[in-house]
Amino acid sequence: MGLLSKKATCNTHGQDSSYFLGWEEYEKNPYDEIKNPDGIIQMGLAENQLSFDLIESWLAKNPDAANFKREGQSIFRELALFQDYHGLPSFKKAMADFMSENRGNRVSFNPNKLVLTAGATSANETLMFCLADRGDAFLLPTPYYPGFDRDLKWRTGAEIVPIQCTSANGFRITKSALEEAYEQAQKLNLKVKGVLITNPSNPLGTTTTRTELNHLLDFISRKKIHLISDEIYSGTVFTSPGFISVMEVLKDRKLENTDVFDRVHIVYSLSKDLGLPGFRVGVIYSNDDFVVSAATKMSSFGLISSQTQYLLSTLLSDKTFTKKYLEENQIRLKNRHKKLVSGLEAAGIECLKSNAGLFCWVDMRHLLKSNTFEAEIELWKKIVYEVKLNISPGSSCHCNEPGWFRVCFANMSEETLKVALDRLKGFVDGPSSTRRSQIEHQRLKNLRKMKVSNWVFRLSFHDREPEER
Amino acid sequence: MKQLSTKVTSNGHGQDSSYFLGWEEYEKNPYNEIKNPNGIIQMGLAENQLCFDLIETWLAKNPDAAGLKKDGQSIFKELALFQDYHGLPEFKKALAEFMEEIRGNRVTFDPSKIVLAAGSTSANKTLMFCLAEPGDAFLLPTPYYPGFDRDLKWRTGAEIVPIHCSSSNGFQITESALQQAYQQAQKLDLKVKGVLVTNPSNPLGTMLTRREINLLVDFISSKNIHLISDEIYSGTVFGFEQFVSVMDVLKDKNLENSEVSKRIHVVYSLSKDLGLPGFRVGAIYSNDEMVVSAATKMSSFGLVSSQTQYLLSALLSDKKFTSTYLNENQKRLKIRQKQLVSGLEAAGVTCLKSNAGLFCWVDMRHLLDTNTFEAELELWKKIVYEVKLNISPGSSCHCTEPGWFRVCFANMSEDTLDLAMKRLKEYVESTDSRRVISKSSHERIKSLRKRTVSNWVFRVSWTDRVPDER
Repeated sequence: MGLLSKKATCNTHGQDSSYFLGWEEYEKNPYDEIKNPDGIIQMGLAENQLSFDLIESWLAKNPDAANFKREGQSIFRELALFQDYHGLPSFKKAMADFMSENRGNRVSFNPNKLVLTAGATSANETLMFCLADRGDAFLLPTPYYPGFDRDLKWRTGAEIVPIQCTSANGFRITKSALEEAYEQAQKLNLKVKGVLITNPSNPLGTTTTRTELNHLLDFISRKKIHLISDEIYSGTVFTSPGFISVMEVLKDRKLENTDVFDRVHIVYSLSKDLGLPGFRVGVIYSNDDFVVSAATKMSSFGLISSQTQYLLSTLLSDKTFTKKYLEENQIRLKNRHKKLVSGLEAAGIECLKSNAGLFCWVDMRHLLKSNTFEAEIELWKKIVYEVKLNISPGSSCHCNEPGWFRVCFANMSEETLKVALDRLKGFVDGPSSTRRSQIEHQRLKNLRKMKVSNWVFRLSFHDREPEER
Repeated sequence: MKQLSTKVTSNGHGQDSSYFLGWEEYEKNPYNEIKNPNGIIQMGLAENQLCFDLIETWLAKNPDAAGLKKDGQSIFKELALFQDYHGLPEFKKALAEFMEEIRGNRVTFDPSKIVLAAGSTSANKTLMFCLAEPGDAFLLPTPYYPGFDRDLKWRTGAEIVPIHCSSSNGFQITESALQQAYQQAQKLDLKVKGVLVTNPSNPLGTMLTRREINLLVDFISSKNIHLISDEIYSGTVFGFEQFVSVMDVLKDKNLENSEVSKRIHVVYSLSKDLGLPGFRVGAIYSNDEMVVSAATKMSSFGLVSSQTQYLLSALLSDKKFTSTYLNENQKRLKIRQKQLVSGLEAAGVTCLKSNAGLFCWVDMRHLLDTNTFEAELELWKKIVYEVKLNISPGSSCHCTEPGWFRVCFANMSEDTLDLAMKRLKEYVESTDSRRVISKSSHERIKSLRKRTVSNWVFRVSWTDRVPDER
């Protein structure tokens, strides 16, 4: 082992978990309309592939942006040398404006409070380094993005304590769930430093309600802790009730000059709205000068390529483009979402009513042999190996009720989605399907206390696709 | 403090140090040939600005690379989605070959052992996370790049224990210095995990000798620890002697598949050789699969933009370009360094004989009032405020002898360098006539090795201004 650190060696990276199988199977046998029509369709990747054409036409009309030119003059040298961790001013301004636009210009963002990072992965880890010491905890509502286990905990030594949410109320965050999570942390002797939510939610695809946001603000105010709102999916809201950012609620409640204002931080990225995960563009927004200052220095470890900052500053400064993009992106997501929902309905499968994101939170509890996570994994394996669809089991997202799956819809063509849905219908209707009785539709209240086993942690961390959200 | 982490609050970031003054003064009053000819000339920034024209010409002839196209077809979608932490295969291949070319193709680099990082700042930190626990220590020869205090220690909790090198032997690493550093770490109750060297050295501008590398390999072998060789300046070697990488030595000693080879790791970046610090391209190279695997996963926190990976894979795959570039870069650096050295000589100032890097390690001990760091800082302030040159004081690099300064030469035009040398000459001539230079101030101070460097020196390495300046 050559005396490596614990971080490098004792990490259970899921090489031996069943989740890994799904990815492995997909890579061995990936679906291709022409070359491999019986292959596995990837529905576990939350990518937005619906609107690239809009960006490509913009690039064709604005060649300077990618070619290191400004008004026909080369600025290659300037960009090659630019490594200031404060970021390209024109880019930060364009990002701040874009974030405002995403919120209907109901709130404004000050570019000086923005810290650029290499993706939201880096932003979240950096915020954790700024807000938590080793052994401190953050509360997260379940189900949550599996990558958080790595991003928030791995190198920081921080802990996550779940806020248990259930289908009983559409997985909404309740006051009692918040309090229970806080008490649970105390029982485990962990100092709670804050709450982290993803709004709109991954994997639920729902926007956080004003009620929930109010509860959260009251809670963090009382406990004197932080709130991180990861709003990476804010530009994927395609239908009512519409997106409400925590910044809006702070403004509406006139909390802008209070103590709690400085403890609310936003994370954003262009990986989902613009579909550019490869460009590594993330952002921390904070009203706390200290956090901005420290995070800025830490960003040295993951700065955004100046080449990329320049391209995107030009793109996002074009308001005609951003307006058109946001509208069109919304329309396309809405249509595609509808197709998935109808297709699932035709197979007798429901999903959580959602209005955002690149996926649906699908209810397959009635297809389980028993109300257990073992049965969920069995079902999942069938779906991977027989139905040949790679979808994400709810247990990998720390959901406390078996039978829920996240199914993505924006990372494939319409035709491929249709094929996937036909296959699913075939599986459900066919003789090999396992139908549960109506009794089994009952919701399980006791699952809240169920401890998620070790392999589920490992599920969230494997060797293949670390950036999959 | 609103319950922020201790990392954020208990950190001395040098806002109140004198080093900060130099940068501040420069930014208030930056030299400009036309608009501000009396301003401060920036000689504290180790940037390579000498060969941009070569890259720009290449870009003009190869528009597809920046235009996100391959053979005229748009690959925008592919690149936009590409976030695989294993990196763009064609980029890693091109990078591996470039690293081989820099070492005269005497050694080979396997692309699958390369881990990409957002700059070597990120690469060094990641390696530290992989090799050291909080409280473990790495030994570093002094003087060293000030940024290491942040890059290796800040978020990892690791410690640095210096290997004291002195001018008595040209700052070379000796066996006794290595052993002393190791013992010092033990006295401080720190577990030594390895040694980190920068080769060619920043701030010295010299290459490690084969003898020193052999010493290091034997040392880490006997102590069963790691060796990190930060070879970020490997493409800036302009002297007659060949660059000897630790990889060369491993090969020559037939240790390539040995146990010790697994504990030797190389760090690289395109920020100095190609002058592209803004693009954030760094790499870790390791023969230890676990390190490669863990570092690859950690690289999620600082991946290289796919847009940039693609551009550079096209650039570096063009062997005609890389060959021309490396040759020309060498030539221009050599000429420019010579200009600095002659200019200094004309002012009666010598520097350490060097054959690499973007700077010289300049000996101004004879200009000190006393052989102290206070005097060094006094001199430095004079040079910033009166001579109007921003150069880096040796104490910021943890040098144990006062009076040494790092002066950069590749981040300005020839004329600007000329002017800087004239100013220095005038200053020295005017002070010569005012001072009485006593013989004793030329004496080397042997006991300085034990001198603890004060707190402000640590802070000096951490300013708010230009964090990635090397």
